[in-house]
Amino acid sequence: MKKLASGKSKKSISRRGFIRGAGLTTAGTVVLNSGVLAFEHKESYPKGDLIAEGAVEIKMKVNGLSRTLSVEPRTTLADALRDQLDMTGTKIVCDRGSCSACTVYLDGKPINSCMTMALDVGQQEVTTIEGISSGEKLHPVQEAFIEHDATQCGYCTPGMVMSCVHLLKHNSNPTLDDVKHATRGNLCRCGTYPHVFKATLSAAEKMK
Amino acid sequence: MEKRKEIFPFGIPGHNLSEIEREIPNDEPPAWPVNDQLKEVGKRVNRIDARAKVTGEAKYTSDMKLSGMLYAKFLRSNIPHGSITSIDTSEAEKVPGVHGIHIITKNKEDGMVGNEYPEIKYVGQPIAGVAAESLSIAKDAVAMIKIEYDPKSFVIDLEEAMLPDAPLVFKEPIQRQEDGGDVGVVHDGSKGQGNLRGPTTSSFYGGPRGDLEKGFAEADVMVENTYRTQVHTHMPLETHGVVIDWKPEEMLVYASTQNTAGVRNELANYFELPKSQVRVICDFMGGGFGAKHSAGSFGPMAAILSKKTKRPVWLMIDRKEEHLAEGNRPSSIQTLKIGAKRDGTLTAIQQKSHGTAGVALGAGVGRIAQILYDCPNFKTEQYDVLTHAGPGAAWRAPGNVQGAFGVEQAIDELAEKLKMDPLALRDKIDKSEVRKVERSRGAELFGWSNRKPAGSASGIIKKGMGVAQSCWPRFVTLNSSIEVRILNDGSVEVRGSVQDIGTGTKTILAQVVAEELGLKTTDITVRIGDTLFPDGPGSGGSVVTQSITPPARNAAYEAKMKLFNQIATKWETEASKLEAVDGFIIHKDDRSKKIPFKEALRGMRTSQISVTASRSNDYGGFQQPWGLAYGDLGSVQFAEVSVNTNTGFVKVDRVVAAHSCGRPLNMSQLESQVNGGVIQGISYALYENRVMDKGTGHFMNANVDQYKVPYSMEIPEIEVIIVEEYGALSSTDAYGIGEPANIATAVAIANAVYNAIGVRIYEIPITPASILKALNKIYE
Ligand code: FES
Ligand code: FES
Repeated sequence: MKKLASGKSKKSISRRGFIRGAGLTTAGTVVLNSGVLAFEHKESYPKGDLIAEGAVEIKMKVNGLSRTLSVEPRTTLADALRDQLDMTGTKIVCDRGSCSACTVYLDGKPINSCMTMALDVGQQEVTTIEGISSGEKLHPVQEAFIEHDATQCGYCTPGMVMSCVHLLKHNSNPTLDDVKHATRGNLCRCGTYPHVFKATLSAAEKMK
Repeated sequence: MEKRKEIFPFGIPGHNLSEIEREIPNDEPPAWPVNDQLKEVGKRVNRIDARAKVTGEAKYTSDMKLSGMLYAKFLRSNIPHGSITSIDTSEAEKVPGVHGIHIITKNKEDGMVGNEYPEIKYVGQPIAGVAAESLSIAKDAVAMIKIEYDPKSFVIDLEEAMLPDAPLVFKEPIQRQEDGGDVGVVHDGSKGQGNLRGPTTSSFYGGPRGDLEKGFAEADVMVENTYRTQVHTHMPLETHGVVIDWKPEEMLVYASTQNTAGVRNELANYFELPKSQVRVICDFMGGGFGAKHSAGSFGPMAAILSKKTKRPVWLMIDRKEEHLAEGNRPSSIQTLKIGAKRDGTLTAIQQKSHGTAGVALGAGVGRIAQILYDCPNFKTEQYDVLTHAGPGAAWRAPGNVQGAFGVEQAIDELAEKLKMDPLALRDKIDKSEVRKVERSRGAELFGWSNRKPAGSASGIIKKGMGVAQSCWPRFVTLNSSIEVRILNDGSVEVRGSVQDIGTGTKTILAQVVAEELGLKTTDITVRIGDTLFPDGPGSGGSVVTQSITPPARNAAYEAKMKLFNQIATKWETEASKLEAVDGFIIHKDDRSKKIPFKEALRGMRTSQISVTASRSNDYGGFQQPWGLAYGDLGSVQFAEVSVNTNTGFVKVDRVVAAHSCGRPLNMSQLESQVNGGVIQGISYALYENRVMDKGTGHFMNANVDQYKVPYSMEIPEIEVIIVEEYGALSSTDAYGIGEPANIATAVAIANAVYNAIGVRIYEIPITPASILKALNKIYE
């Protein structure tokens, strides 16, 4: 198992497979008239090659440090970061790839950590919101978020920052549309978008 | 109480600013001048907790991890109506890592009919909870609990629920549920038949007025229509939940809540504990929008599991549960009849509404029709219709958002019949001075004069402009206190139970205290959201700013005067001769005599000055003694839309939002809140909708991917105008803005869509299908 986790295996583990049926409304034995939800629920894992049973120990490179953590096959990267490494800046909001609150970088590329299995990370380097500033010195995007009041409740903010920092890394001269495009997957229910746009454009100016 | 007289700024700068003399309690500070002359208040001060948010360091309830903590998960009902005949937890108990299971049984108040389990009334109703070593284990165990139901027929649709033979949701009268988000509206659940409850015919502004028949007889023109609004859920990014450690000497509760003191009271009451033994903490909170005032069922569940297992218990619900069970804005079907004279004078308004808050009450359409415009003859009848769906909850400006959707379209329709400009008609019938200023400043910035007649735009993509207004009462929670501590190294701490739900409460408290003490906002440490400290208001109904900033200023002032007294003795002068500015305490008559604030306290006998203060009644009195202030939180919003008449797609291009909130405290935070209200209004107008399956009673889009809300690509240009308005009503004269920000947007968009295509849409959300239907391009 450890070999698999630390090797560059591309064997993909379907997260949906592991958690299917674990939801709450599946616990009844009632047969509804329509039959739509008429199944007797048992937690069952998909049949296939046995990759691991229970938790295993893996090593993961997070924000430049090598960390040891114990994960189950069904543990997502988001869960691993939050529960195992106590890095709770990464937020879980939808837990199905539709809000970007859980955005981290794998080898510099933004991904939804709720849709990535911890076991699939392998040798790839993980960067989280905790790794964006260098020590006390904030990233210009973070500074601009403060200055332009781009946070309200702040729950979406780590994900927003991750999207905007990544944009500026690859585009030093973004337009408003570029910023919108970069954050198009980030849900903010409080409505910080206008200030996020302003902040990111002004950070780009400052970084020139 | 001894009183003295003070001169206050009064009115709107740039419009009618003057002065007024008020009698104020002696222990409250002198009047502040207008914002121009202040240093910290009214400025674009950075949020003091923004750094923690942008670095991910901010710890929310969902991030809490206590030693030995267990994770809990609810088992919820799979059917919309029925009784539970048996629950078998034996398999679940055997799952390794499971430490406790609790099944919800009836309260005494539920009446002991049938078996011990409460009747199931909606899909998602909590039934039991499991606490285990990890969330995955808890989920596994929940899936192994076997339940047998005896299903009963149910009703989901509002209009079907009103039919005489509809399945009944409640057979017995029900009580209004307490909800801190809507203050003062009476929902009477004891009147009514079948699934109907009500009607509510009055509010704290009074009951019916005049004589409707006479009013309509006097009218030259009449508008009568039915308007419909959908159910939508709050969907805060952080779900509802708590982490509870029930220790023998104290129940420690971390809660994602809009009301720490309220949650403490609820839990103390529920478990018959002294309030002093329940401590509720909410440091960072991931959004609530009205739905997070209560301990819900998750509070008691986590507490019981913590007691059973003797370990801290984490219980945050998941996204689906959040949609199903923790609040929504009730729907509405409203008929409005409005009569007016040729010159626009309103003669009569008749309103009737039905709405459903599922198994809860509170589906009224608010007080917009009653008070926004002068009209001598008025009557409203607002009914709740119970259905087998998740309970509604206060949702940013409860009632008024639905109500405005009807009223402000009807006023537009009236203007058209009268051949008047919609703004000119409002100038005629709206007596609010501040909205008058908002209309004119807003119209100018927006370019209202470029508006074309309805439906006159050519081409496939048609542009339209619309406007709408709103009002929201100025509620004051008088049970609001703050403690200010000055320590002998010159540091200052502000303490209270009031929480910051993302609106910036921490920052405005620091600004107000800093202003009073002649310090910088960043010099002030704010510790709030903890019931260890004096009780503050719940964050709902836009009550926080006016309730808690005057106590903060009053406490800072009293603490300052205590300090001045000590220094005055040393300097052999009087405290009244001293002032605190720019980090110094200075003798007013001899300005060379000064001492840095930090050093001023060195010689203190005790190491701190601590003052807890609350606030008096408004200086000019209240409309209602329980804390209804004079004036209202007015707003006027303008929207420009593009409608693609081939695809039916509506895009909001631009919104100008002109608002007032008394003395503005923090410009950037106010803009943030207005942006948020506008964006949620766009979402309400065009996108979000709870879709229920009538065959199964299930909520079909209870997730993020199918529950459509705006993301960055749908955000228009939003310009915010804040009109300063001084009322000389308290020591800060400042008010909230959360609710009004959200009221007018959806109806301004509806009016703009009409202006674009020349056909009025009476129902939200306005989808491509509804546009194409309106244009007779598709048929049902
Ligand atoms: S939590 Fe991962 S995308 Fe929403
Ligand atoms: S700031 Fe609250 S969700 Fe974005």
